[in-house]
Amino acid sequence: MDVAEEIAGITVLDVENLTIAYETRKGAVEAARDISFTVREGETIGLVGESGCGKSTVAFGIVNFLGPNGKIVEGNIRFQEEELVGRSEGELKRLRGDKITMVYQDPMQALNPSVRLGQQLTETLTFHQHITKNDAWERSIQMLKRVNMSDPEDVMYRYPHQISGGQQQRVVIAMAMLNNPSLLIMDEPTTALDVTIEAAVLDLIEELKHDFKAANIFITHNLGVVARVSDQLCVMYAGQIVERGSVTDIFRNPHHPYTMGLLDSIPRLGMSKAESVLHPIRGRVPPPNERPMNECIFAPRCDYATDECRKALPAFVEISPEHVSRCIYAREIESQSRTAKKHHIVKKCEPTRPGSPEGELLSFEDLKIYYPKESQSVVSLLGLGEKKFVKAVDDVSVRLSKGKTLGVVGESGCGKSTLVKGIIGLEPITSGDMEFLGIDIDRSISERDTGLIKEMQMVFQNPDSTLNPSYSIGKQISRPIRRFNTVPNDQVKGEVIRLLKAVRLDEIYYDRLPRQLSGGEKQRVGIARALASRPNLIICDEPVSALDVSVQAAVINLLLEIQEIYGSSMIFIAHDLSVVRFFSDDIAVMYLGQIVEIGPAEAIYSPPYHPYTEALLSAVPIPDPDVEKKQIRLGGNLPSALNPPSGCRFHTRCPRRKRMLPDNSQICEKEVPPWRSTKHGHRIFCHIPLEKLKAVEPIVHSSE
Amino acid sequence: MRERISIIFASKIAVIGLAIVIFWVFVAVFAPFLTPFTPLEQDWKAPNQGPSTKHILGTDELGRDLWSRLIHGARLVLVILPLPGNLWIPGGTAIWGVFAALIVGMALGLVSGYYGGWLDEIVMRLLDAMMAVPIILLYLIIMAALGTSAVNVVIAITIVGTPGIARLVRSLTLDIRTREYIRAAETRGENPWYIMFVEILPNARGPIIVDAMLRVGYAIFAMGTLGFLGLGLPPPSPDWGSMVAKGREFILAGSPWAALWPSLAIASLVIGLNLLADGLREESMRYQ
Repeated sequence: MDVAEEIAGITVLDVENLTIAYETRKGAVEAARDISFTVREGETIGLVGESGCGKSTVAFGIVNFLGPNGKIVEGNIRFQEEELVGRSEGELKRLRGDKITMVYQDPMQALNPSVRLGQQLTETLTFHQHITKNDAWERSIQMLKRVNMSDPEDVMYRYPHQISGGQQQRVVIAMAMLNNPSLLIMDEPTTALDVTIEAAVLDLIEELKHDFKAANIFITHNLGVVARVSDQLCVMYAGQIVERGSVTDIFRNPHHPYTMGLLDSIPRLGMSKAESVLHPIRGRVPPPNERPMNECIFAPRCDYATDECRKALPAFVEISPEHVSRCIYAREIESQSRTAKKHHIVKKCEPTRPGSPEGELLSFEDLKIYYPKESQSVVSLLGLGEKKFVKAVDDVSVRLSKGKTLGVVGESGCGKSTLVKGIIGLEPITSGDMEFLGIDIDRSISERDTGLIKEMQMVFQNPDSTLNPSYSIGKQISRPIRRFNTVPNDQVKGEVIRLLKAVRLDEIYYDRLPRQLSGGEKQRVGIARALASRPNLIICDEPVSALDVSVQAAVINLLLEIQEIYGSSMIFIAHDLSVVRFFSDDIAVMYLGQIVEIGPAEAIYSPPYHPYTEALLSAVPIPDPDVEKKQIRLGGNLPSALNPPSGCRFHTRCPRRKRMLPDNSQICEKEVPPWRSTKHGHRIFCHIPLEKLKAVEPIVHSSE
Repeated sequence: MRERISIIFASKIAVIGLAIVIFWVFVAVFAPFLTPFTPLEQDWKAPNQGPSTKHILGTDELGRDLWSRLIHGARLVLVILPLPGNLWIPGGTAIWGVFAALIVGMALGLVSGYYGGWLDEIVMRLLDAMMAVPIILLYLIIMAALGTSAVNVVIAITIVGTPGIARLVRSLTLDIRTREYIRAAETRGENPWYIMFVEILPNARGPIIVDAMLRVGYAIFAMGTLGFLGLGLPPPSPDWGSMVAKGREFILAGSPWAALWPSLAIASLVIGLNLLADGLREESMRYQ
């Protein structure tokens, strides 16, 4: 062992030329190819890439969880100097859960729903070590304390469904750490969590990294998350590592066109459509059975690609001893200007002026949507007793001008989807006034006029369920055209093709079925379908959150372009604050059924903040390892909308009130806060005076 | 379509099932050309015979050719439905029964699953009540009340099959109605019938087809049972169940053939359909 290695720590895992293939009906398909990396003690290596890039395959390959049809074709995996490839299932079983542990994406699937948490935790100890049940119990409680679980003794007796998602993930992490593993593999551990909870879990992971000497492999598609937790980074594309190096090196000086493309395609927190553009990577990740063997795998999507790239699979080019890139032009591309390379520059949007003369499109006043809570008791069946309501949307007032975009942000369960359903008319509203184009619309969709229905259409979140799998693309887009008689019947096909072109899809898609399309393409068809009736208002419910980042940018650009051409207004719902900021003119922040802050986008993202907005913003992982952000974390769980907290609904989790208000801020618990207005219609729903809110440090320093 | 065929051939058991089913459909369709005898032709000189070159499967107690009766029996099950007054329509008794049960069950299941609430409660509790009655008893009650005829067998199969299909379609509907394309249709203000039959139903067809195949098997079984108990197709039609019932008396007398062949026929056809359905289900699930 040489000196340098000793300083950096002992190598725990050494993966060399690993190739993994799956046996399918169409023959063997290589999901990961020629993967090499090492992880040292106490170090975190991030595997980052879009879906289908083979990140999880590599992780499962290490512990040999490849399933009956997957197998390691080539290469070595050395764990603590011992070869793992070819080991028997029994030997690996001893290692898994003991020396090598994993944390998965969905904690609900990692925990057994019918076994108490205490038993599940102690089991991992007693299975691998000779210790008594009592000792195991004690150590489990210690570990729960270590992962900042409140009330660990109590948690031991609970079932998984009795604790929240964030807490479940803490338990899973605790379980993984119990045996003091040498290698911890985390596969998208925070992807299923809300942003504030994600931030807290990432804090925990960082903390544990310092305390335990485990080597970590952290798999994620989120560049912001990986920038926060990793030391080393492997950027994966289509089953290969295309760039490997330290996090700072890669984020500061990416040397592979794919890495550069990824970094250019995500909006940074604080970026807006008025001042910048997103650069999507064209095309899509090739499916495993269509990947070229002997040429650069990224060449078809690369702006730098030349014939040279298509001659052979490029070898790693060393940029510095610790930083390599699988691109023959790795050293040259950096010197070229980043903006000049894009021959298809996307036009920047003109900033829209507040209060444009076109007037109001949609407004609602004191909107309430309550669901009756169904109770199983005899009393309620007989119609007696007090009726309970889930206050999904409570006293919400919003105005939206023509041609503008209103962004709605908030964590899951804040009522943003219910609000949208109310506007569309799929959810009966309990009280309040809603006006659209000057027409009263506080009734359900079946009672609305067809002319009104066609003015409001939606784009949905999940590309896999947004299209009916039974019908061709052409049929699905022509249905709204026929239904609303947008064009005469004999021109429908032409109109569909025009719409397909508008969303950058070729005519040949007309006869295709949804399953033949990629996620991004399906989402484009969804947008075309929404456009088919030529609506005034398009409601986008998380339209890009299920897409890969490189595709996400293309869809966002498409939506912006459509808005410019058709002048449609949009309501844009998302949980990604960077995307919402980029896309919207006005933003409403929702918490537990209420809007807590509303105003122009730039006002929302700079002080004065509502304390909740501040916490949300500080939780956003930023894809830049150099950014130092203040950390504001929310305590406790999201209260139930069935019985929301009195006074200000946020008071149970507010990090600011105690320090900023007199009398231990009892006013927050008792009184509903006032609306405090700043300028340009920016309003904050908080007891804390504006001067004090203004004094807080900004979270995002506007770039340049 | 080509994909669906390839699914069948990907599974060995589906291919075996398909072969058995095709065999029976073939002999049923071409029954009149596969035997020189009609099913009712009696040969007084040769009752209760074993297989011979003249009667390849033997004869029954009235000297009727068993092969002829067997394949004409298959015809009744799979190919023709005799109506009152010497009329018949294509599509066997079991097929029509399952088809009718599918129509009624799908409609109830869709409405119940899509609307939910009180309507769902009422429909489902009624169907539960029906399912609570033992199936064989339900058949007996219906047939005793309606009398024996092919059309009444169809009605009985329909009534007995509906609750199960309705439950299946309801559970599929509950899942599919949460998909976003259903919300897209609702956002277009489509009417509920359009959503149920055009948007939801085509996506539920896979499990429904598999279930329908199994149900044809059950229906054949039920027809056999009813025939055995004398409540099936009226004699002298070559009903498999009644053939077993008649032949049963002569098993100990040394000629088991009249009971054996129709029993084997019922068993093989039901097994064939089950294999086909299982193979299809397995393969289509693996595809996902």
